[in-house]
Amino acid sequence: MTAHAPTIASEEGAFTPEVIASHGLSGTEYGRVLDILGRTPNLTELGIFSVMWSEHCSYKSSKKWLRTLPTEAPWVICGPGENAGVIDIGGGLACIFKMESHNHPSFIEPYQGAATGVGGILRDVFTMGARPIANLNALRFGAPEHEKTRHLVSGVVAGIGGYGNCIGVPTLGGECTFHSSFNGNILVNAMTVGVAPADRIFYSSAAGIGNPVVYVGSKTGRDGIHGATMASAEFSEDSEEKRPTVQVGDPFTEKLLLEACLELMATDAIIAIQDMGAAGLTSSSFEMASKGGVGIGLDLDLVPVREDGMSAYEIMLSESQERMLMVLREGAEDAARSVFDKWELDFAVIGRITDTGHMVLTKDGTLAADLPIAPLVDSAPEYDRPWSPPPAPAPVPAIENGKAPSTNDALLALLATPDACGKRWVWEQYDHMVMADTVQRPGGDAAVARIHGTDRGLAMTTDCTPRYVAADPRTGGRQAVAEAWRNLTAAGARPLAVTDCLNFGSPERAEVMGQFVGAVEGIGEACRALDFPVVSGNVSFYNETQGRVIQPAPQIGGVGLIDDVGRMVTPALKTDGEILILIGETRGHLGASLYLREIVGAEAGAPPPVDLAAERRNGDFVRGLIGGGLVTACHDLSDGGLLIGVAEMVLAGDTGATLEAPSAMAAHEYWFGEDQARYVVSASASSQAAILERGEAGGVPLTILGTTGGDALTAGGGPPISIEDLRAAFERWLPGYMDDEG
Amino acid sequence: MKAAVIVFPGSNCDRDIQVALAASLGHRPQMIWHGESKLPALDLIVVPGGFSYGDYLRAGAVAAKSPVMAEVAARARAGVPVLGVCNGFQILIEAGLLPGALMRNAGLRFVCREVYLRVENAGSVFTQGYNVGDVIRLPVAHLDGNYFADEGTLDALEDADRIAFRYCAANGGAHANNNPNGSARAIAGVFNEGKTVLGMMPHPERLADDRLGGNDGRALFDGLVGTLAGAQ
Repeated sequence: MTAHAPTIASEEGAFTPEVIASHGLSGTEYGRVLDILGRTPNLTELGIFSVMWSEHCSYKSSKKWLRTLPTEAPWVICGPGENAGVIDIGGGLACIFKMESHNHPSFIEPYQGAATGVGGILRDVFTMGARPIANLNALRFGAPEHEKTRHLVSGVVAGIGGYGNCIGVPTLGGECTFHSSFNGNILVNAMTVGVAPADRIFYSSAAGIGNPVVYVGSKTGRDGIHGATMASAEFSEDSEEKRPTVQVGDPFTEKLLLEACLELMATDAIIAIQDMGAAGLTSSSFEMASKGGVGIGLDLDLVPVREDGMSAYEIMLSESQERMLMVLREGAEDAARSVFDKWELDFAVIGRITDTGHMVLTKDGTLAADLPIAPLVDSAPEYDRPWSPPPAPAPVPAIENGKAPSTNDALLALLATPDACGKRWVWEQYDHMVMADTVQRPGGDAAVARIHGTDRGLAMTTDCTPRYVAADPRTGGRQAVAEAWRNLTAAGARPLAVTDCLNFGSPERAEVMGQFVGAVEGIGEACRALDFPVVSGNVSFYNETQGRVIQPAPQIGGVGLIDDVGRMVTPALKTDGEILILIGETRGHLGASLYLREIVGAEAGAPPPVDLAAERRNGDFVRGLIGGGLVTACHDLSDGGLLIGVAEMVLAGDTGATLEAPSAMAAHEYWFGEDQARYVVSASASSQAAILERGEAGGVPLTILGTTGGDALTAGGGPPISIEDLRAAFERWLPGYMDDEG
Repeated sequence: MKAAVIVFPGSNCDRDIQVALAASLGHRPQMIWHGESKLPALDLIVVPGGFSYGDYLRAGAVAAKSPVMAEVAARARAGVPVLGVCNGFQILIEAGLLPGALMRNAGLRFVCREVYLRVENAGSVFTQGYNVGDVIRLPVAHLDGNYFADEGTLDALEDADRIAFRYCAANGGAHANNNPNGSARAIAGVFNEGKTVLGMMPHPERLADDRLGGNDGRALFDGLVGTLAGAQ
């Protein structure tokens, strides 16, 4: 490419304010476009600005706050800014992982929306050279009685399974809860974890003037145009007319793309690689050029297309799935092409790296766009949006003596609630055993996948409690991180790093921005205190429909390492006659609890405080017990509190338990309070003394809860509840709900 | 003993069964790309699970037309043992090596869970590591595993002792709740006439290692290796 001169005339004249607004650009932003170009953009160029400056791609409202998060640790190889985060897991291996939202598409077309969410996050991970080893997710649906909920649950779960099952990556864990704030805007967050050789990580920074720019994967069609813009605006009544902006997934092609990319990555052909996700060819080409400080010239006539007559605008903005853009070493084209030929995928050299600093696009032999890369990327708008501190939560209503249901009734009722009940109906639709390394299956605290060919394991979890974040964003942010850290710890893992997926309403509302600012602050505090850096993430704003804002959900995906999967523990009680020990302090905190919402009917109160020093101390203590082989089962306490936690342990291991009554607290506070930094462990009588001694030495509060054994759960001297009755309550709700066609 | 695993575009249990077989064999079986039209001398051919060709058209239908399948069929006719698991079972049916059809699960949803199986015939090269009536635990993971054949075919299969495994309760009894996909007569695996070809929906390679929660699948691979290696 030769020296650059602007040659695009303003042939289309000035755009009307409506056209500019329909591209999601404000008047001020359009003014900045004119300043950068020194002329009027053409429609293709306007479309490119539109997606590059969308909230989804530019993080313009969140950047200021995301910068405050801790992103470094000695084991972090690559933090935020690349396709996914990379950490060192020893043995010459790296773990690459990220979580991302696909909320709006999943509401409009649940099967394809969720499926392509999985496909997109898988590509983010294998783009960097990793073989994906696990998928996780976090799903937030509307109230069960809402007319759309059943249809959305059915489609989303089938879509997640449809994609993951076909590509052959096990779906190992996740969350699935229900609340009316998600009636018009569900959340579908997907996370992928992969493993790569630590010295073979692939990045997206383009380099080498003259090197070929190569397009591989599926052909480009007209699907998904302006998906990123859709994700950057709130929903309205006619959002379902946007169904054509939802992409259609093809997991079979993605499987071929995965194998072909990994095969090519074993050679030295690739200089840089980037998947075409949101904003497709536009985003991938601009990001690669911008990171490398180079220009790119593309001939759009060479892009493999699915149909004739596609315009430059459509080709650049399509979000067709299962595509990658690569910069190859000059001369490596033929060897690379033969790999993609073997896998029957399109392979096309569509351009070259240039020294112009411009993105120059030609179509039908004429110039279709000519945009300076650095100004477009670096001058992306950044906002310091006004925010207001969250209001104080409503006070917890007094529960009159004698009005509270019996402990047993409350337990059985809670176990059968949509949020606390068993989610077998969901995870049995996910292949969670393919790859034959699943050593802890769904349903426990963390999922654990063995690192192939070793005895080491990766523990993984996704966590957030939206009702806590709604009541107090900062505490809720801290709690989401702490719970992820506890879940990994409870399996015996050393927590290493997190990815976040921050789901909020419109940042243009001060109260939503206040939630965001508070939650990010809380996440930062917890991640610093727990040495648990944020290595990748995603922000999803505008989760609201017709003014109804979702409960904020800063979802945390955590990854930890287990040195010997033979020492891992699960929540399952397996042996009669063991001692159950509670680790951590119980104060009976009922604010924002599941008990309060489901049994009392009040969404009120502040969430339980999160004492990060106590989290650290108690968690490190538990990990020591597990590593020392002193406990046979472990479970962290979260939603529903102590008794729900023990009931889950009983159900998981089909072994009963008998628990002593509390001494100095109302029964419902003791059994169902959601105090943080707590775990329940089971240990043989012979380990008891050693555990108590260690606890005393470490200043860790320990309480002997009772013993294991029998075929019932007996709490505080009440009538025993048979495991059969517990199981019936726990397993009843979801299949019953889904089978009821309404 | 020489064993090979056939790899189709979209196979995804190829590595899993390679690992499980290797544990019994002592060496890794060869992986053979579907585009090959010649096979080396082999004592065992495995058609693995997955989503060959994305299950497009019909599960197994496209893979059954792959170049390598003509050669697999020829070897099967010559008596070389062929094992098809899950999508491999679907492919063997589509290739005409086994009778019947595998339809959409009765529940219409993908199902991944452990099931109990009763061993119906322990006289084959695949099942001699078990005893007739043994109840074993293996996972299933499929959307199209609902075995169907007309009544005459089912009767003939039973008469010729060609049912390898049936879904059952933990105690070996029959109950509709234990049939994960609605298969006719709870059939989970069938043989060809010579009992040298076995197709089964459950995955023995996924529970052939105690670390994964069980090893009831291991006897299938050990039995195969014991016989085939010993026969050389």
